[in-house]
Amino acid sequence: MVESKQKWKAWLYLAPAIALLLVFTVWPIINTVRMAFLEGYRGLEAANGQTFQIGVENFVKVVKYKRFLSCLKNTVLLCVLTVPISSFLALLVAVFLNSIKWLQKPLQTVFFLPYVTNSIAIGMVFAAMFNIVGSFYGTENEIVVTAGIINNIIEFFGGKAINWINYGSSYIANITVMVIYIVWNALPFKILILLGGLQSINKQYYEAAKVDGTSRTRIFTRITVPLLSPMLAYVVITGFIGGFKEYTSIIGIFGESMGPADDAGRLNTMVGFIYDAIESNNQGRASAAALILFVIILAVTLINLQVSKKSVHY
Amino acid sequence: MDGIKVMRERDIGSARSHQRIVGIAAQAFCYLFLIFMALVVLFPFYWMINSSLKSLAEYKQSVPTFWPNKVLWSNYAEAFSSASLGRLFLNTAYVGIVSTLLSLVITILSAFAFARLEFRGKDLLFSALLATMMIPGELFTITNYSTVTMLGWRNTYTVLIVPFLVSVFYIYLLRQNFLQIPNELYLAAKVDGTSDFKYLCKVMIPLSLPTLISITILKMMGAWNSYIWPRLVANDEAHRLITNGLRNAFTDTTGDVNYPVQMAAVALVSAPLFLVFVFLRKYIMKGVSRSGIKG
Repeated sequence: MVESKQKWKAWLYLAPAIALLLVFTVWPIINTVRMAFLEGYRGLEAANGQTFQIGVENFVKVVKYKRFLSCLKNTVLLCVLTVPISSFLALLVAVFLNSIKWLQKPLQTVFFLPYVTNSIAIGMVFAAMFNIVGSFYGTENEIVVTAGIINNIIEFFGGKAINWINYGSSYIANITVMVIYIVWNALPFKILILLGGLQSINKQYYEAAKVDGTSRTRIFTRITVPLLSPMLAYVVITGFIGGFKEYTSIIGIFGESMGPADDAGRLNTMVGFIYDAIESNNQGRASAAALILFVIILAVTLINLQVSKKSVHY
Repeated sequence: MDGIKVMRERDIGSARSHQRIVGIAAQAFCYLFLIFMALVVLFPFYWMINSSLKSLAEYKQSVPTFWPNKVLWSNYAEAFSSASLGRLFLNTAYVGIVSTLLSLVITILSAFAFARLEFRGKDLLFSALLATMMIPGELFTITNYSTVTMLGWRNTYTVLIVPFLVSVFYIYLLRQNFLQIPNELYLAAKVDGTSDFKYLCKVMIPLSLPTLISITILKMMGAWNSYIWPRLVANDEAHRLITNGLRNAFTDTTGDVNYPVQMAAVALVSAPLFLVFVFLRKYIMKGVSRSGIKG
């Protein structure tokens, strides 16, 4: 009696969630695939009754598009640079934090702080730190008023000021700033996960190693890293997934021009490309790019899982 | 024999003291590294506050000052009015609160169905939901943009609230929590003739309060930090949210910018997040360590 009554009741509880999911999740999946394979699909024209041929032209066009390739390059470059750096730094911080007693809690709090920030707002702070204030229009006599605090620090240690993000700055300088900001932003989550992992490792392993007189480096490579490997794999995989969706951090530093004043769009990413296509009513192109992004993320995740299967000790 | 013994003891002694020196050096290195990293983490916040209190003339000095000569609070008033932050705060609070409340109701109902009720296809449906978490959100946005345009929702509060009410991740999180509540409680309540809904309200919700608080904070932070979707569908004066407003009010990030006012605006936008951080850190950390997503 109770059982049969529950059957329709369960669906009643699920009704609001399912209704919303059908409209805003399931339909988009179907529709995005449909639009991606309709050649040159544009929303407005479709609403006016225009029909489109089925084919793979959207994909071919997107891949041949120069701007797409530059977006892909930026995204991959930022991923490949930031994920290893932030994972390694987070590992160091977590291991060191785990090995101290005095100040452990306050430091842990400090390291979590960047997580609770608005990536656009703090991006603006980073822009202020790297910016050279003055008139910068690529003319002979530039008026530099203040070189920015980062350049001040570099000069203090005897280095030369660098044009990081202003008019005429180099691509390498731009990417360096982005890597610093993204790593700064990515650290808190990774430290949190890795420290949690470290604290759950059984202390007996370390005591056994101590009795055997094992060296610190050996303890680290033979006990800590293997036992932490599931967390490390998790941090790297989520890092790559997030990295391929990089977008707002660039808006935070460069604004919507996505690049220095003389080369707008230079630092645009895959996600930025998709949004540009939506805004210009090129839904076919946007869908094709989104599917390509999905396949890339899926492939990278599967490769990561394969690699970690061989090296992760559960 | 005696000589050998003494020698061995001396060796052990020196090895121990050697080990202790290495240990102290390692500890010192630990602290040096951690404090250096902590300074790197904190520096942008310090620089934001420091800059926000300077006059423009002092900010532009070629040799920077590490604390303003004259503290200028008026930057904050100027930032508040020039970016019309008041309106943006209200818009964001409204969207955040309404979407959090509705989202909590939907999440609780679905999580209860998946955790306690029996129906055909439950596991299949749940796996299908989890599978959608792998798809990047941009893929949904393309169609959702057309859908909300067709529905005439552009530039309304509805468009900022409704499309993101269901979060599969929150359903998953809460279901896990519900499953930990012993089944005996449920059966006892059934024997007493308590209805499912009453049991959910009186037993399950109070027992999962920490998870519900985590979800609330993450959802509110999501509204506060959301940028892409609001810019796309509701970027008019009346409905603009805080992050967009901030970005729109200060379009230039490089070149000759009035940084003190801009940094004051950034500090004002960040302030609520810091309050949340100070008072509710534990809940965020608990929620985050199980998620891997921001907001």
